[in-house]
Amino acid sequence: MARKKQKSNGAVEKKLVGVADLVITAAQRSQDPALAIPVRSLANVNFNEKRGIIEMGRRKQARTFFNVGMAKKFMQTVLVADALAELQRANLTTSLREIYYRTKHTIKNSHENTFDGQNESDPLIEDLEVTLEALREELHVRAENSGTVVGPLTLVDDGDRVDCTRLGKGGYSVPSIVEPEYIQISKCTADFVLLVEKGTQWNRLSEDKFWRRYNCILLTGNGQPPRGVRRLARRLHEEYHLPVYVLVDNDPWGYYIYSVVKQGSINLAFESQRMAIPKAKFIGFSSADPDRYGLPRNVGIKLNDKDINRAKELMKYKWFQKKEWQNEIKGMLTSGLKYELDALANKDFQYLTKTYLPRKLKDKDWLD
Amino acid sequence: MLKTNGTEAEPQIPEPKAKTILSAAEMGARQREISVSEFFTKNRHLLGFDNPRKALLTCVKEAVDNALDACEEAGILPEVVVKLEVSANGGAVPAPSQANRFRVTVIDYGPGIVRQQIPRIFAKLLYGSKFHRLRMSRGQQGIGISAAGMYAQLTTGKPVQIISRTGARAPAHYFEVQIDTKKNEPRILEKKEIEWENHRGTQVTLEIEGRYQKGRASVDEYLEQTAIANPHVKLVYHTPEGETKEYPRTIDELPPQPREIKPHPYGIEFGILLRMLHDTRSHSLLGFLSSDFSRVSSHVAQEICKTAKLSAEARPRNIHGAAAEALYNAIQATKIMAPPSNCISPIGEKAILHGLYKQIKGDFYTAVTRPPAVYRGNPFVIEAGLAFGKGPGETAEKAELAAVPLAEGEQQDDDKELARVIRYANRVPLLYQQSACATFKSVLDTSWRNYGVSQSRGALPAGPMVIFVHMASVWVPFTSESKEAIADYDEIRKEIKLALQECGRRLGVFLRRRERAKSEFRRRNIFELYIEEVVEACNRLKGGKLPKEKLKEQLQKIAMKRTGGEKVDEILGYDGGGPEGLPYSIIVTAEGTEGDAPVLDVRDEIPKQQESLIQEVETTGAARSKSKAKSKKQPGAAKAEKASRPKSQSENQMSLGFEPAGANKKHGQKTGKKHGAKKAKK
Repeated sequence: MARKKQKSNGAVEKKLVGVADLVITAAQRSQDPALAIPVRSLANVNFNEKRGIIEMGRRKQARTFFNVGMAKKFMQTVLVADALAELQRANLTTSLREIYYRTKHTIKNSHENTFDGQNESDPLIEDLEVTLEALREELHVRAENSGTVVGPLTLVDDGDRVDCTRLGKGGYSVPSIVEPEYIQISKCTADFVLLVEKGTQWNRLSEDKFWRRYNCILLTGNGQPPRGVRRLARRLHEEYHLPVYVLVDNDPWGYYIYSVVKQGSINLAFESQRMAIPKAKFIGFSSADPDRYGLPRNVGIKLNDKDINRAKELMKYKWFQKKEWQNEIKGMLTSGLKYELDALANKDFQYLTKTYLPRKLKDKDWLD
Repeated sequence: MLKTNGTEAEPQIPEPKAKTILSAAEMGARQREISVSEFFTKNRHLLGFDNPRKALLTCVKEAVDNALDACEEAGILPEVVVKLEVSANGGAVPAPSQANRFRVTVIDYGPGIVRQQIPRIFAKLLYGSKFHRLRMSRGQQGIGISAAGMYAQLTTGKPVQIISRTGARAPAHYFEVQIDTKKNEPRILEKKEIEWENHRGTQVTLEIEGRYQKGRASVDEYLEQTAIANPHVKLVYHTPEGETKEYPRTIDELPPQPREIKPHPYGIEFGILLRMLHDTRSHSLLGFLSSDFSRVSSHVAQEICKTAKLSAEARPRNIHGAAAEALYNAIQATKIMAPPSNCISPIGEKAILHGLYKQIKGDFYTAVTRPPAVYRGNPFVIEAGLAFGKGPGETAEKAELAAVPLAEGEQQDDDKELARVIRYANRVPLLYQQSACATFKSVLDTSWRNYGVSQSRGALPAGPMVIFVHMASVWVPFTSESKEAIADYDEIRKEIKLALQECGRRLGVFLRRRERAKSEFRRRNIFELYIEEVVEACNRLKGGKLPKEKLKEQLQKIAMKRTGGEKVDEILGYDGGGPEGLPYSIIVTAEGTEGDAPVLDVRDEIPKQQESLIQEVETTGAARSKSKAKSKKQPGAAKAEKASRPKSQSENQMSLGFEPAGANKKHGQKTGKKHGAKKAKK
């Protein structure tokens, strides 16, 4: 999977070697080596209302070696730093899983493994990203390609021209790294970007050539959109000034996906300034829609406890404080039901493409 | 009590065959008295002779209990020899496990029995000194040994053989007696004076049908448990296999003599009150109340009379019917002090500790004696002890095994083992009917999880643990005549639970302490493992140009400093400090013991001064109280026993390296002081 990258960056390598230096200096001074890792939790994010994005706070957490609770994590962090430095030197990119395998081995004179699962190594990579202020792409780590795009858009990927109008129903698979040095947008004639939560709905729109009729770019991230998709949407928004509309299910998770696109996520708050699209609009599926579009009550799904709790959590987030949004979430809670986009098929297979979206766009019926 | 209302035995009328309806006269002719012996011949299971295996145990038990009671009452440090032999009965001698006839011989070097009493003690049921008084002793009813003799007679037809001698200058008497079951009277088959090598003591030989099996509820277990609860006893046991097991004495001091008390008014039943009213020697009710009961002063007696609306001068004999009932109710309604507790002689924390330490391999021992309490007017004391662990030997062995990598599900086999409960009543081990016993129920009721021991719902706690519970009382409420289980009185349950909880708390302290030391040790291990990894990774990050050894050394130094360094060794107990906050406990580690560990020494001869005591006891009862005064119970009393003679380890002892006597003494004093200080605070 590893492949060559055009430019090598000595600065990132230096940062990684810094981890080793930290250990060495601490040892010389008979001190406990400690990494100061910014806290990645709700408690340490601030919503910048002016910029409309989530920013990471200044709180940091010390990860020290000589502490029973943290010793293993510290050791693992150093191992991951070592593996990342190796990538830099070899000028290769790799996946999270390969990092896990690369760093996994049995500790000498014991039956203990350095890592027991990928779930142990993944957060450490994020930790290093924040701590060293290096982006994931700069660390040469990529995620799975899990986004797709079609529409009047031409990209240059590794020197290959990709015309997204000529890719059939399948579309172009968005790589996890879409920085200008990897992918260049050579042409874009669309009027707006439609980011769809679900692959199934994206397929419907793609099959119906919705993008052709309404001259838009169709993007999906198959659930929570990965960084590549978010970054691509942001670049289209920034470089071509295209408005971005988000189409998600009517449930708390859908709302959150929208907020991640718009303001950024809590976990990756440090990436917001690069990824967030504060002007993105929520086009649907709104809790008022079943009424407005005459959807029968029996296609709804009862909210479970988890949904209700999540919805209440969302209502407390600073970036959901707008009156419309409070009403929107309250509307869902009072109805006690959630709706999937797929439920629109109850009316007609092409209801989404032929009636729902056109009407929404015409009426400018969206939430900000 | 077993008498029917019929007349004396008359010649039986031959039964007419055709007639099925009997006249009252004919029925009356069949009604006759039943002797106790006859009753128990038919109902021998009530006395513990239900099967051959149990019968063998019961015979040994009755004989040993009698021997110990006699020695203690006479103020002699008991030494008892138990001998089991397979009886050939004509043919070839079978293997012990196959044999069904045994000769049981129990020898003590106690006070002996005067010639005239021998036949009645061994061949008359319900004859003895212990039933009519309220005094703590092993035997209670006077059934035991004569019932064993009766069982011998019933199964093998052999008489009980007794040799007894009351002193060096007195002759030894040899008796062969049987019981006349119809009359419940002894029948003497043989009596003569013989030469006997022992200067004093009694030897009983029974030939019975029995079965010898080791394991649970066996003679071996009984003797082992007896040794635990009676560390002042020297026991020698000749097994039927020809082995000799010796349980040495660890405390050279008799337990304080229990005193006889008068009944407490609260514990009296109505019928008994009527009998006492009838039998009393007092001429007035006031006198009767204040002299025949304990804790009734003339002031209290007057109060009772007033409540009952009876004259203080009334003649006790004339009180019956409604008046007696009024008196009974008045007694219950009057506030009377709890009975005196000096009539009970508990084993004592030190002695329990020594007993457990001597007989059970473990890492931790503790013992608790509760203050006296009262049930139904009877004072009692609950004592509990606990031995935990498998001893340092086995722990080390296991550690070695653990070095081999274990596959999934391969570990924790030992955790399934459940605790063992050993129960005692007045120092006698109880081996049957565990689940019917108040002690066992209390062990189940105690939430051991609070003390770091796992326990499934409604089950015994799990772990290598022996739980010791002893009830000492002037009258132990057994569930049956065979004395197998203690009845379930709330007051008793509560006391047992309190004692167990205290043991549990101490165990918890010990376990936490050990866990802490272990985790501290593990911590350092973790760091040592990870340092290697971190150094390697740093070296690679620095392009392989790192002085690895130097960095490793520096990090290891920090690790040592951070994890307490030598302090850990201290917590692990390598410095030999006394167990902090654990009174009456012993902790055994691979390096040695700490706490009140006893120093065992040999005592082959009975000290001379005791010889003179015996003479006194035979004539007067005053000696009892004298010796009582002499051996007042003290928490640190056993210190004196720490003589200078260290003993080579006997086969029954644990294989441990003992600390020098001096070191032990220091710990003893240390904890003793601490305990004393605590008491003073209270």
